[in-house]
Amino acid sequence: MTAAYDANGAILQVRGLVTVLGRQRPLVGRRSAGVRAVDGVDLDIAPGEILGLVGESGCGKSTLARTLLGVQRESEGNIVLDGRSVGGLDPGEARRTRGDIQYVHQDPGAALDPWWSIGRSLEEGLAIRGNRSPADREARVRRALSEVGLDPATAGRYPHELSGGQLRRVGIARILVLEPRLVILDEPTAGLDLSVQATVLRLLRDLRARLGLTYLFISHDLSVVRRLCDRIAIMYLGRIVETAATDLAFSAPRHPYTRALLAASPRLDSELVQRVPVMGEPPKPGAIPPGCAFHPRCRYAEPHCARSRPVLESAESSHLVSCLRWRDLPAEPTASAT
Amino acid sequence: MSEPLLKVSNLAVSIRGDEGVARVLDRVDLEIPRGRIVGVVGESGCGKSTLIKAILGVLPPRAEIEAGEILFEGRDLAHASPQVLAREVRGSAIGFIPQDPLLALNPVFRVGTQMLETMRWHAPPQWKGRHRERLVELLGAVQVPDPEKALDRYPHEFSGGQRQRLLIAAALSCQPRLLIADEPTTALDVTTQQQVLKLLRDLVAEFGLSMLFVTHDFGVVAQLCDDVSVIYAGQTVEAAPTRRLIDEAAHPYARMLLACHPDRATELGGIPGSVPSPYVPPTGCRFHPRCPIAVAECTSRRPDLQRPSGDHSIACPRHHLTLPEAAA
Amino acid sequence: MKLVVLKFLRDLPAVLGLGIVLFGLFVAVFANQLAPHPDAAFQSNLLQRFKPPSAEFWFGTDNLGRDIFSRVVLGTRSAFIIAFTVVGSAMLIGVPLGLFAGYLGGWRTELIMRLTDVVLAVPQLILALALAQLMKPGLDTAMLALTLTYWPFFTRTVYAETRRLKSSLFVEALQGVGASTTRILFLHILPNAASPIIVRATIGMGFTILTAAVLGFLGVGATPPDPDWGLAIAESRKFLPETWWFATFPGLAILVAVLGFNLLGDGLRDLFDPRLRRSR
Repeated sequence: MTAAYDANGAILQVRGLVTVLGRQRPLVGRRSAGVRAVDGVDLDIAPGEILGLVGESGCGKSTLARTLLGVQRESEGNIVLDGRSVGGLDPGEARRTRGDIQYVHQDPGAALDPWWSIGRSLEEGLAIRGNRSPADREARVRRALSEVGLDPATAGRYPHELSGGQLRRVGIARILVLEPRLVILDEPTAGLDLSVQATVLRLLRDLRARLGLTYLFISHDLSVVRRLCDRIAIMYLGRIVETAATDLAFSAPRHPYTRALLAASPRLDSELVQRVPVMGEPPKPGAIPPGCAFHPRCRYAEPHCARSRPVLESAESSHLVSCLRWRDLPAEPTASAT
Repeated sequence: MSEPLLKVSNLAVSIRGDEGVARVLDRVDLEIPRGRIVGVVGESGCGKSTLIKAILGVLPPRAEIEAGEILFEGRDLAHASPQVLAREVRGSAIGFIPQDPLLALNPVFRVGTQMLETMRWHAPPQWKGRHRERLVELLGAVQVPDPEKALDRYPHEFSGGQRQRLLIAAALSCQPRLLIADEPTTALDVTTQQQVLKLLRDLVAEFGLSMLFVTHDFGVVAQLCDDVSVIYAGQTVEAAPTRRLIDEAAHPYARMLLACHPDRATELGGIPGSVPSPYVPPTGCRFHPRCPIAVAECTSRRPDLQRPSGDHSIACPRHHLTLPEAAA
Repeated sequence: MKLVVLKFLRDLPAVLGLGIVLFGLFVAVFANQLAPHPDAAFQSNLLQRFKPPSAEFWFGTDNLGRDIFSRVVLGTRSAFIIAFTVVGSAMLIGVPLGLFAGYLGGWRTELIMRLTDVVLAVPQLILALALAQLMKPGLDTAMLALTLTYWPFFTRTVYAETRRLKSSLFVEALQGVGASTTRILFLHILPNAASPIIVRATIGMGFTILTAAVLGFLGVGATPPDPDWGLAIAESRKFLPETWWFATFPGLAILVAVLGFNLLGDGLRDLFDPRLRRSR
């Protein structure tokens, strides 16, 4: 199932992407340099693959997603969609050129106008894109609703009448009507019960197979990521620290942060906690440590880790790691090895 | 085996609401042996939070305990007076760790002020005059850096993980025998969650406590709990030591729920149907409308807990049957 | 929806307010039919001066022998017309400004909000008096003055709501599908901000009736011989306290109308309170 990693055929190519949030230069008052929420990200997404983007809260995953989508303007770097450069545009322009990328919100219930019926909300996206035929819009919405396993009559209902699982499906249907190629899913199973989560995951997998979609799957739940994704990218403080095929990342993680994350994540076959894999909590995004951002919490850190910043290097084909010491690290058997 | 610290048996609670009477808990059985951590797992709406409120004696005024008892150290909390519960149980014999550390702390008061206030009401008399000293010790025990200074800071000055540690210290501040934790790590990141879980395990051992840990995450249960109890729609369906329940669940609901876990190799299926409304609960076994091996008897009779072994109980007379392939 | 109606019906003062407002509307619409002596409302009949309340003249007669009851009934119409015109025009100005100020940000927001601050700093009555001096005193001038001073209240309310809604997820989702600013503002944010606008408008009606009466009393509002509550009180001053009914009944009309709108407004506010709204 693993889609071949091929930078040339990538549907989306990201190079050196930097997004600074909250930079202000008011006429009066204090200037603010802002926070580098995304701090030099390189990323490729191959057509048809599911790329898992994993990281803890505040690591910049959502900002990265919003930048790719175009609602947040990047400060540096380039974004190439299907071979066309689509970077450096203001948000309105960016959204128009990046119509092939669509975004499913973490809380699809809150992403719907509470005063509008489901059908009306879903049709709106089509109307904005210039679909002038109400009959055609309605037909497309009904088709999308049944595509995600909902009764087309759901179109007449209101967001507060639906359950969490149904709202996830509505959220997916909402972007399916727009016929995207790359779908960014932001924590699509957060807050769902296990049984509902299972059905949503299966739906996502079926839709990919049926419609040939590509997913950027943002999650902090490693069990889910491992289950669904072909490849994963681990993010820490605005930087990608490791990317690899899912099997490889779980069986032979190279970056110390990836190892800590895997060891900490709760799984059915977890043992009772005996030791804590990493101490402390990530620093505030406003105060990113110099050099390797992870060095203050890294047990393998050496003085030079605080000085020079690592870049993504190819450890083996399709396995990239951003660590100054990856060659020296012990081949640590992690608890997740199967 | 000695008497458990807390023994909930046959507990039924109903709440009068706008749409009628909700029978939220129908028959919950739960035992917390001394020195052990017991996990309670269930999906949203299964009655987990009502169970906690019943034990703490903070059920809403429109709720009524219809049957059953809650024996804590041999004393029935279900029928104790509210005054006794407030003075001698809640916050003193039983400590509570809430889900959201940000909501549980008042943002305009210093952390120390809030925690000392609780101790004034509930701390054991022999600590009189030494509350602050005690609190500093506790903050050290929960690994809050620089405890003395931490007391003079405001809640927003702490990170999420540290706030959760403060609340754990607050729950411990009155020397409880039992800790009740309501999903205390859901808001935390995995590495922080791991640290808090480790801390909880160490504290339970160090202070000789018992703990009731409510969660929806089997992975967290595996990392923390000695025993686990699965609840569905207000009924206890299965209870066993953690490893045994996760590896050899017997009740159809527990088996199907575990099969939904992404760590399981089975095909992602979900469980057909949805959780029933507590206003019109199914008769008999509440899981029967969604159960692939239900028979007529399941719709009429509420199944008793069967005990194939001393520490394993299952509320399903047909638990030895294999589930059809499509369902599991 | 049914629950919302039930909840409202449980709020006794609000129901009372609604009753008063509906009754007032009814009186205003059918004033000509309801007034027992429509002719005696305008024509002076000096033989009938200062008659105390009786079976024929329920509220008595005034210094020109006109039927006070008929004049109060007809005054209801003018009071409601003033209230609706002023509040309606103030909304037309204030609501769009608030939407844009809340959504756009930057210097445009600053401009709108500072203008709002300046207008809020001008006392309503002083502006009305000044306008009356510049233009011809009369109902139109009074209404213009009230409108010019009332719109900032709407701008402020809508601004705060828009700021809140702007950061909500559904607006972000709309930006994500590329919706235009006008679409987001008028099709999505405006309906969601409707409840505080309605509350503000309801209370504004009561406030406007009161202020219009004051302007009438000061002689820069309605002009004689129009039946106006404030004007009637002003005319009655010379004949107090002997002819107590002359001032009392128009005064009561003002009290009841303002009270009705305020009770209704408070009830609606409770109903729309966001903390309660979430539990719906």
